[in-house]
Amino acid sequence: MASQPYYDSAVQKIPALEEIREIRRYKHLILQLVRRDILARYKRSVLGVAWTMLNPLGMMIVLSVVFSRIFSDVPSYPAYILSGLIAWNFFAQSTNAAMSGLVWGGSLIQRIYIPRTSFGVSAIGTALVNFVLSIVPLILVMLVTRTTIQATIIFLPVAIVLLACFALGVGLILSTMAVYFPDVAEMYQIILLAWMYLTPIIYPENILGSNLRWLFTINPMYYLISLFRIPLLDGRIPTMQQILPAAICGIGVLVIGWIFFTAKSDEFAYRI
Amino acid sequence: MNLPTASNPQLDLRENQPTGQGEIIRLENVAIRYRLPEERIGTFKEYAIRTLQRKIRFHSFWALDNINVSINRSEVFGLIGKNGAGKSTLLKVVSRVLRPTRGRIVVYGRVAPLLELGAGFHPELSGRENIFLNGALLGYSHKEMEACFDQIVDFSELHQFIDASIRTYSSGMYARLGFAVATAHVPDILLVDEILSVGDGEFQQKCFARINEFRSLGSTIVMVSHNMDQVARLCQRVVWLNKGKIELEGAPADVIPHYMGSLAQ
Repeated sequence: MASQPYYDSAVQKIPALEEIREIRRYKHLILQLVRRDILARYKRSVLGVAWTMLNPLGMMIVLSVVFSRIFSDVPSYPAYILSGLIAWNFFAQSTNAAMSGLVWGGSLIQRIYIPRTSFGVSAIGTALVNFVLSIVPLILVMLVTRTTIQATIIFLPVAIVLLACFALGVGLILSTMAVYFPDVAEMYQIILLAWMYLTPIIYPENILGSNLRWLFTINPMYYLISLFRIPLLDGRIPTMQQILPAAICGIGVLVIGWIFFTAKSDEFAYRI
Repeated sequence: MNLPTASNPQLDLRENQPTGQGEIIRLENVAIRYRLPEERIGTFKEYAIRTLQRKIRFHSFWALDNINVSINRSEVFGLIGKNGAGKSTLLKVVSRVLRPTRGRIVVYGRVAPLLELGAGFHPELSGRENIFLNGALLGYSHKEMEACFDQIVDFSELHQFIDASIRTYSSGMYARLGFAVATAHVPDILLVDEILSVGDGEFQQKCFARINEFRSLGSTIVMVSHNMDQVARLCQRVVWLNKGKIELEGAPADVIPHYMGSLAQ
């Protein structure tokens, strides 16, 4: 046969690498899925996408009113809490969406071929749009509370990308497990809640005594959220000692998740 | 060579232009095994306990067994057989949804699946937005879909409703839009799975006309149908599948009587 086959099941290269090529070929699909999720979510509401900004803002106001007395030693507590919240929400939303996207998209996977990572990647894409949008109210809060905005804000994209890598890795691992055990989705909600309270989001780091400090050092989200907060609130570029653990967690978990997911993904159409 | 005419401005995106005869799909000893746990195991705890007790029993069956088929370019190829014979599974192998448990499949062209009309539509979005979404699911870019947007709207006759949310559509409108999007481009290979039973008579005629047009443009069509008149009229070659195996292969006039005979027994 003169022409190259379009698809040959006997030619099986490394699935993890093959999937990278496929997802690039289907980049239009990712864009459309992100568009769909953003448009569809707010389709029936009057304020629409503004809710992306109003939601964390409302949370911040509630928490500030409740806790600002207790944590009065934190400089500009509203900005501290809001920055932690939007970073955490990004992680929680995107990992949950990756999982439900694959399980709900199951009927689609059984009918047509699309790269199976599409759901995970587009879930991160959607959450990234929301994340970037919610930085707007964060800046507003900082202006209102007279927190100076430093030039180090240009470091934020690095922190966001590493957080997105970590979220995608976790999302892929979770969605692979959720295909086989639907209970994972429910179990994850409880884990998320516990995880959030173990991460300094609404309370300052120093609240934990030195005997419990190690809890932070084994928590990837601690490093990733710090990386987001330091350039924003402390007005300095994080040190190498702060960047390195976050980078290892972000990139490491993404690589593990990607390999794990793609090794199993050919089976999904049989299982979902 | 057949080119889309001006009166019918379809975008021709075939990777391989038809070169007359020649193989376009080949299945070599393809087998698909489904493994179904005898009871559904839904939790980790149960799974862990049963794994330890070695109590997970799988009921495995071969949905396809040792299938050898070669389909030629520009051929209309029919798959017939009872429910559960493996017809749809075979289409899923061709469309890359299922990787064969054993054996090999080679496809020399871009496949357009016409499996279930409108799978992947989002009810909250408008018809217009869904056209681009569904196009992307089939692997087409925004630009490629823009080029054939008007033609899709014309075919589906949804001019006034194209900006309305799709949840307001009737099932007929849904099917029309699904068919129009799936057949917006001339594919190398079109897979048709019993979808031609939807819609009213007029719409069915339009679908047949479109499929015939694809055939004249050199597309290969693989179709599953229970309607033997349809099969006899459209197909050049037919495979009769029975319990995952090929029972008989040949011209419709030779295969259909045997199949009908087996049903009568």
